[in-house]
Amino acid sequence: MTCARACAVAVALFALSDRSGAEYRFNLPAPQSSVAHTAYDLHIIVLWVCLAIFALVFGAMFYSLLRHRKSLGHAAHPFHESTTVEVIWTTVPFLILVGLAWPATKAVLAQKDTGNPDLTIKITGHQWKWEYEYLQEGVRFLSVLATPSEQIGDRMEKGEHYLLEVDEPLVVPVGRKVRLLLTAADVIHSWWVPALGVKQDAIPGFIRDTWFRADAPGTYRGQCAELCGRGHAFMPIVVEVKPEAEYRAWLAARKSDQAAKAAESGRAFAPAELLALGEKIFTANCAACHQANGRGIPGLFPALAGSAIVNGPPQAHVGRVLQGKPGTAMPAFAAQLDDAEIAAVVSYERQSWGNHAEPVQPALVKNQRQ
Amino acid sequence: MAIDGSSAILEPAHHGALPGGTWRWLTTTNHKDIGTLYLCFAAVMFLTGGLMAMTIRAELFQPGLQFVQPELFNQLTTLHGLIMIFGVIMPTFTGFANWQIPLMIGAPDMAFPRMNNWSFWLLPVAAALLIGSMFLPGGAVAGGWTLYPPLSIQGGISYDMTIFALHIMGASSIMGAINIITTILNMRAPGMTPMRMPMFVWTWLITAFLLIAVMPVLAGTITMLLTDRNFGTHFFSAAGGGDPVMFQHLFWFFGHPEVYILILPAFGIVSTVIPTFARKPLFGYRSMVYATASIAILSFIVWGHHMFTVGMPVAAQLFFMYATMLIAVPTGVKVFNWVATMWRGSLTFETAMLFAVAFVCLFTIGGFSGLVLAMVPVDTQLQDTYYVVAHFHYVLVTGALFAIYAGLYYWLPKWTGHRVDENWGRWHFWLSAVSVNVLFFPMHFLGLAGMPRRIPDYALQFADFNRIASIGGFVFGASQILLLIVIVKCVRGGEPAGNCPYEGAVGLEWTLSSPPPYHSFATPPELE
Ligand code: HEC
Ligand SMILES: [Cu+2]
Repeated sequence: MTCARACAVAVALFALSDRSGAEYRFNLPAPQSSVAHTAYDLHIIVLWVCLAIFALVFGAMFYSLLRHRKSLGHAAHPFHESTTVEVIWTTVPFLILVGLAWPATKAVLAQKDTGNPDLTIKITGHQWKWEYEYLQEGVRFLSVLATPSEQIGDRMEKGEHYLLEVDEPLVVPVGRKVRLLLTAADVIHSWWVPALGVKQDAIPGFIRDTWFRADAPGTYRGQCAELCGRGHAFMPIVVEVKPEAEYRAWLAARKSDQAAKAAESGRAFAPAELLALGEKIFTANCAACHQANGRGIPGLFPALAGSAIVNGPPQAHVGRVLQGKPGTAMPAFAAQLDDAEIAAVVSYERQSWGNHAEPVQPALVKNQRQ
Repeated sequence: MAIDGSSAILEPAHHGALPGGTWRWLTTTNHKDIGTLYLCFAAVMFLTGGLMAMTIRAELFQPGLQFVQPELFNQLTTLHGLIMIFGVIMPTFTGFANWQIPLMIGAPDMAFPRMNNWSFWLLPVAAALLIGSMFLPGGAVAGGWTLYPPLSIQGGISYDMTIFALHIMGASSIMGAINIITTILNMRAPGMTPMRMPMFVWTWLITAFLLIAVMPVLAGTITMLLTDRNFGTHFFSAAGGGDPVMFQHLFWFFGHPEVYILILPAFGIVSTVIPTFARKPLFGYRSMVYATASIAILSFIVWGHHMFTVGMPVAAQLFFMYATMLIAVPTGVKVFNWVATMWRGSLTFETAMLFAVAFVCLFTIGGFSGLVLAMVPVDTQLQDTYYVVAHFHYVLVTGALFAIYAGLYYWLPKWTGHRVDENWGRWHFWLSAVSVNVLFFPMHFLGLAGMPRRIPDYALQFADFNRIASIGGFVFGASQILLLIVIVKCVRGGEPAGNCPYEGAVGLEWTLSSPPPYHSFATPPELE
């Protein structure tokens, strides 16, 4: 009877959880690399040890709470010392800890072994996007949140990978040891992909390394784990693990794209072209601070609508974007964007939100870089 | 040697007329008045920090941004942390110390009564600076209570105000600690040897030494931050030869002992409450003292476990991992001792005892998650996630705060002269104890599943547990109104408490009237 009732409750709970759409996950995600595997297993071991001790100690406590009550007429036994017992419950936990430290130490040694990588990728954290550079291949790109702001503002239905989707994922070959070099341009970020068992802080001015070797092809998602300002929740990480051949093909395509873009960057642009590209660049790189409406956030990020710099001579405006303003949150974009992109975003700012300054051509940016 | 209850209101003649009204509270040098001030201040801060937490949980109720924008969200999490640590838990414990230490060691007052007044009145000034910065352009600090640079170098004037506020609170804590140490070392009743001091006094003595050791480290560190921000130094900026990670080392060298500053007095309270309602002496008094001291000493060599994902040499990671695991031993001893104290006692479950028992059980959950986090490879996955949020809320809410509740229910009769209303108390306990688990337990799952902490918005897979946690949060928040009712009722009247309302209580405080006379022990009591 009680069993049937328990079953009914369990079924009801299950149905309830099902109806709500998302599944309840109680543990680390399924591990997809050796480091993630060891972390997963270690966690299970510690958890069982803790549960066992918990059951033992609090079994005793609840027994006492139930049986040794004054209301049941239980009289107190005023013992308050026992060297034997105290020695036992100091040494036994110690031995358990030594038992736990052993596998943990082996795991740490494996985790820290970044030697002999098959490829090395440099990752730079920016407020609020990631930059990936394949050091041996000369490939470099930015990876920005792809979720539309309408979804964040509840003005549009949220997609399946809400806040965990980017415009350009990191692509790596399966089964290869990938060494990551991490740094940051502005504040500390942390690059974290749970399924791959990698989390490493990215610290401005310093380079830290870590590694992973993905077991199986697939798409693995993660987030920045270190508070980095207002966009902290909005700089996800997506890693696409591909078979070797697909990875090679992707790399080749990426390289030819990059070459084409570089060739384009010097030519003159029509105003409409500049504005279209500029809007794209602004949304991906500037709107997080200066806001899509160009009005900024009072006290934190200045408005660009009506700004003296934006409406003034183009050199000063381009200069501010190229070099940023040290000591403030305004980053230097010289290394992130090419001439055409800077010209486009500057032109877009100069012609939007009621600003009426003349647009800027890539040639001017090129000039000013020297 | 008990003093007749009717003498409680009689003031010693040599005082002449004591000032009344506001002036009395501004100028008081009486340990009980100052204890009350600390507790009232903490209550106001608790309400403020609590409302911030409610706003945070409201925003996290569902995915998407509904109530607050990310910059305000970051301010709320930062202020919530700073307020709860420096404005609630620490001042409450100091309030307890002020009220109880002289009563428990048989002293007339604290050793430095004027400094005592000053340590308290610094706090409202600091709180005004901290909270006032919310209303300036750019808003309050938003870089997390840990204030990591370079993020904390980007911010505006509110960061400088916060640094200044922390300086003031630090000065207040150091003065309080000096006062407590001097009182305990010099003003104990004849015959009270160190190994006969009540556990609460022991834990506070050790806590006070921790405060004196680490508050200056915090002060130095945030001063370096201040000069980096305003005077062109580069302690924490790589561009000028500094290192942002150095801040973290310094901060956590303060921060980890700080964690024990927030929990050792709680151990003391629980070690006082449980024996009373088990009607048995505390099991293993000696090992309790040694365990407390070992925890305090170990707390200086484990700071690196807050920084496992920063990237350190293998040897350092292993060292910090082993040292951290080692803390489980003395902590375990304490838990075993509490259980052994209950074992074969004659238990009753007044509200104070309910909170103390819940403390033992739930604090241990926080201890276990701490052990999980000590394992470097596991910590790599869980650092900066909701798992850590769950961990420290188990330790600080069901740990420190529940112990505070136990202490309040336990000592309110002594302070007010009236028994507490156990009926309301039981409601407060059960609502709090259930809702606090609904609030914090699911956060373990969120962290394991991959939800970072300090985010105003999250992926859809985290929606269910967040909704549950928020509901738990609202109920927990609302339940605290019951506590307010209990306190107000108890202050205004109720069944007289007599000298000692408990059958099993021992200690000098119970030999005095409730409330105790103005100069608690005008003549030192004698211990047999
Ligand atoms: C991380 C936040 C952030 C991002 C991203 C950002 N800015 Fe800024 N920007 C600032 C801040 C802060 C200032 C104000 C600096 C100061 O104190 O003068 C600023 C100032 C400016 C100014 C000068 C405005 C004035 O009136 O003083 C321009 C122009 C500008 N930014 C353009 C851009 C462009 C173009 C982008 C994108 C390519 C961009 N910003 C991205 C934070 C940001
Ligand atoms: Cu980040």
